[in-house]
Amino acid sequence: MKKACAMTAETAVQLRNVTLSYGEFVAVNNVSLSIGRGEFVTLLGPSGCGKTTILRSIAGLVQPTGGEIEVAGRRIDNIPIHKRNIGLVFQNYALFPHKSVFDNIAFGLKYRNVEKSVIAQKVKRALDMVRLPGVEKKLPSEMSGGQQQRIALARAIVIEPDVLLLDEPLSALDANLREEMRTELKTIQREVGITTIFVTHDQEEALAMSDRVVVMNKGVIEQQGSPEDVYRRPETRFVATFLGQSNLLPGRIASVGNGLATVSLDNGQQIEAAAPSAAKAGMAVTGVVRAQKVVVGKTGPIQGKIISVSYLGGTAAYFIDAAGIRLQSISTIEERIWREGEAVAISIAPADCQLLDETGHRLQ
Amino acid sequence: MSSADRRRPWLLLAPALVTLVVLMILPIGIMTVFSFYQFETAGVEKEVFTTENWREFFTDGFYHMFLWKTARVAAITAILCALLGYPPAYFIAMTGYKHKWLLLLLLIVPFWISFTIRTFSWIHILGEQGVINVLLMKAGIISEPLRMLYTEGAVIMGMIHFLLPYMILNVYVSIEGIDRNLISAARTLGCTAGQAFYEVVLPLSLPGLMAGLLLCFVLAAGSYVTPEILGSTRDALFGNIIFDTIMGQLNWPLGSTLSLVLLVMLGVIAAIYSRYMGLSRVFKGLGA
Repeated sequence: MKKACAMTAETAVQLRNVTLSYGEFVAVNNVSLSIGRGEFVTLLGPSGCGKTTILRSIAGLVQPTGGEIEVAGRRIDNIPIHKRNIGLVFQNYALFPHKSVFDNIAFGLKYRNVEKSVIAQKVKRALDMVRLPGVEKKLPSEMSGGQQQRIALARAIVIEPDVLLLDEPLSALDANLREEMRTELKTIQREVGITTIFVTHDQEEALAMSDRVVVMNKGVIEQQGSPEDVYRRPETRFVATFLGQSNLLPGRIASVGNGLATVSLDNGQQIEAAAPSAAKAGMAVTGVVRAQKVVVGKTGPIQGKIISVSYLGGTAAYFIDAAGIRLQSISTIEERIWREGEAVAISIAPADCQLLDETGHRLQ
Repeated sequence: MSSADRRRPWLLLAPALVTLVVLMILPIGIMTVFSFYQFETAGVEKEVFTTENWREFFTDGFYHMFLWKTARVAAITAILCALLGYPPAYFIAMTGYKHKWLLLLLLIVPFWISFTIRTFSWIHILGEQGVINVLLMKAGIISEPLRMLYTEGAVIMGMIHFLLPYMILNVYVSIEGIDRNLISAARTLGCTAGQAFYEVVLPLSLPGLMAGLLLCFVLAAGSYVTPEILGSTRDALFGNIIFDTIMGQLNWPLGSTLSLVLLVMLGVIAAIYSRYMGLSRVFKGLGA
């Protein structure tokens, strides 16, 4: 997060206490967010977490019930959609089916009273940028999903918007194409240097593409930071479980010393975790350990038995019963794969165990 | 493919084919034969081949005038239906009201009352002693009752009354099928709500509007109850001429001829129109 902030001193988008409720249901609850110029920010969360609602509020398609939105230093939540100068790419592309590719891309320019000859130039440049030169005359229906996606991107970027909003733009593509477009989208964004807000429920996409990931749940921001940051140091229980596969180990801090906290788990076994300064003996905590950090071997402090094995090629996923606690491990296969029913020993490095307090927040 | 496999499509089609042949093809065939019979006197025709009936239609300006009048009145009716029907169709399709089905039901409610009775109700509204005249006279705005009933206007109004739901439903279905994101996209690209309507909703709803126009035109051109009840003799449509020829003069050969003329005219118009519509359908297909 520090890196991202240093890179982008100028603020492009500013949300202040934005709230949006539909009757009883609060879709977005008092969200404040600041996005730097040229930054690629992803709003990540399960469906219904409010990420799309935030995007639609910035675009003007829904009206927040409270708060302020500023784009490029101008307050926009009180001005009509068509005066906001925002590029929006829809999940289903929303290309005009009755207009040619040229007319689709030229659409926004036409309403900005750009001269015809300039429009032709800009459309051509936009098509070159999305690597689809020469398709001006085609209808959207004559193009593949990936191509339509690029046209939609070109249509949104050609108007040189203050911010580009992408609403799950890759989710309608098949897996191979999705990975390709992911790279391409990121490259184009870099080239143009456009401030981008990307909404997705796909954590891989979020981690791969973003300068900053904003994890949302139930209308609030759970955590924001660099992809590495949110993945390796989840601030809350939600982030820990939503991103990747984590083991949650409830217990109580038995002792703190030498920068290590010893946690007695509910089944009586003990694990060690790097102790944050707030850690005190007697505290009820939950240890969070990524499945990749649970090491299965012959020696280790925790004894368990393999319940199930899935062979994944280079790695294997194990479910282990450790005296009543179920652990998940994803380990590289060193000598041999462990079999179902085998007794194993598990070790977890203290640095790989984060501690959450009773409210589900990381101990600081 | 076994013979059972080959038979199956025909078996599935059989009920529809039989119905069509018995109720459509056969009667039209019989009518065609009748149109070449010779008319003797009321109710009596001779089974000899003659082109007399067709000659009468082609040479008598009376029939041409009524055919043209029928096309004109039907076209006016269809266009008025489009103008009156589009806004409510748009409203029903776009409303955020969650009981949309209720609005659609309201549209169909008039069908629960007999069409003839609904047509008669206009007499009490437009007649000399009707609601409008009585109110206007009581208010002192007019001293003599206005002549509204038994005019072409009354006929057109009666037909709009009966055709409007067809138009609204057709347009509604096509507007309902438009992806709302297209409107949002147009708006974010710089359109006002009105411009977005003109750029997106109107062109993409044209197929429904066109289909509604054709349906209303054909139904209006074929109607005879409405002009019979709400029009004077001068306001008769071709259907009334046919009715009069067959039921009044009992001239079945000429009646058959005139029926075929109306059928062919409407068929040709529908065919020409569908060719043009074909293009719109392509656009519509792209929207899906």
